[in-house]
Amino acid sequence: MTTPRVGIIGVGQSKFTARRNDASYPDLVREAVVLALKDADLAFDDIKAVVYSLSPDAMVGIGNAERIGVDAVGAKNKRFLRINTGGATGISSVISAYYHIAAGICDVVLTAGADKVGECGDSQTVLNKIWDPTYERQLPLGTITMLAMSAVRYMHKYGMTEEDMARVTVKNRMHASKNPHAHLSKETTIDEVMASRLISWPVKLMDCCPQSSGGGAMVLASEKYIRERKLAAAWITGVGHCSESYYLGDRMGRGFVADHADAHALKRSFERSYAMAGVNDPQKQVDVAELYAPFSNTEFHSIEAAGLAQLGGSISQLREGRFSLGGEIPVNPSGGTLCTNAIAVTAMIRAAEIALQVTGRAGDRQVRRAKLGIASGNGGDHQFFGTMVIEA
Amino acid sequence: MELLSRQETWNIAYDHALGETASFFFTQIRDNAKLYGRRDAKSGRVLVPPRAFSDQTLEPTTEWVEVGPGGQIEAFTIVYERFRGLPEPPYAFGYVMLDRADTAIGGLFKGLDLVDPAAAAKRLAIGSRVTTKFADHRKGDVLDFWFEVHPIA
Repeated sequence: MTTPRVGIIGVGQSKFTARRNDASYPDLVREAVVLALKDADLAFDDIKAVVYSLSPDAMVGIGNAERIGVDAVGAKNKRFLRINTGGATGISSVISAYYHIAAGICDVVLTAGADKVGECGDSQTVLNKIWDPTYERQLPLGTITMLAMSAVRYMHKYGMTEEDMARVTVKNRMHASKNPHAHLSKETTIDEVMASRLISWPVKLMDCCPQSSGGGAMVLASEKYIRERKLAAAWITGVGHCSESYYLGDRMGRGFVADHADAHALKRSFERSYAMAGVNDPQKQVDVAELYAPFSNTEFHSIEAAGLAQLGGSISQLREGRFSLGGEIPVNPSGGTLCTNAIAVTAMIRAAEIALQVTGRAGDRQVRRAKLGIASGNGGDHQFFGTMVIEA
Repeated sequence: MELLSRQETWNIAYDHALGETASFFFTQIRDNAKLYGRRDAKSGRVLVPPRAFSDQTLEPTTEWVEVGPGGQIEAFTIVYERFRGLPEPPYAFGYVMLDRADTAIGGLFKGLDLVDPAAAAKRLAIGSRVTTKFADHRKGDVLDFWFEVHPIA
């Protein structure tokens, strides 16, 4: 099957912070859209369809917030879809925009969204509601506790220590200090992370992502459109999705398929993206990665699911600097989800950052000679995964 | 300029039907202090909590199997942070594979000193044996039972 090429011709993102009292929710969406259109040198009229990136409504506190967002993205009289795959929403939205173009339906598609997690005083209560009322809602489950349990299993299988987790935070904060868009951009030390208060064993405050506010937007176009106008583009050469079954307790016990320690379906998703892009040796071919990891421990299994290390092998390689800026395969040179998490667009920013990297526009966080990069998003209780390969 | 904000609260009520499978499971807990799983005939695996069909083979489950009260810890965490709408910390909870079950069910761990996190984590290590305890007054939900780790020999 020959797939028509699709390029990324514009990206826009806020300077992410805890709160944006100067901007309502649609103001933030529009802020990112205007930046992306300017980056693409296009006007609202040039956009043929909009994919709206919006995770759980309760996080922004507006039911079907795509209703009010429709004007912020200028979608009146246009094709319009809202996407929600939890934390993977952003990358699912980019891939949905890609499908519009790859299917030959539209030449130019915008994807955009925003989040104001800092305005929600009950984000773990909102996230507790992703468990079913039948069997699990009564338990104090949340995204922190569910991934703390992944950390416990990963420690048990591969010997990860709390210091190993802290090292991920130290690396990503160092990266974020070079990214003007990052929310938490102050450099830190292992001692400081270890001394931060315990939230949910073994996860400490500084092992956790912040609750960020800000917007993200990207403009995608067909190869024909890009060639005719002689535009600069980052090319999407591989896209993938994969989902995992619902029950957390089925990823342990006896005779299970996917271990909650690992990211089984993320690996499958990457395999699909790699097959499409012709990447058969990711450790040799991938120059830079932006992997969705909202807690320090989850970066390890994400690196392994991306095929950048063997299972359990990322711990020592991260310690040795292989995944730091200046290392062999920098992971999350933007500081990643650990330093900025505006949930509805977090996974979109992963793809946007890779587009900037492979076109040499990533500023102080630029990975030298980056030509091929990968991005991922994780949603639900480790359930919905989206991945992309993006090339110069 | 002066920037304003507005406080809003969502408080929405539901009455969720649990369906036949979960209704049997919870009435057995409520009335008899017993735990049951459902066997997937195709794989032979016993799913706890019980489901009407297997998410792996996608076949309907065919048989009730009594499970527990013993089991082993498969995952845990100990929460020290206060979250609105969730219990007062500290508390420990996680997943246990009950005897004769093949999957793990979530529940609280009780009867454990949580003051020293590292020491408590050691007691809850993956593979540790636990026993299910039931509340005297049960209403038919997952908080009617909890797990206690065996005393140190």
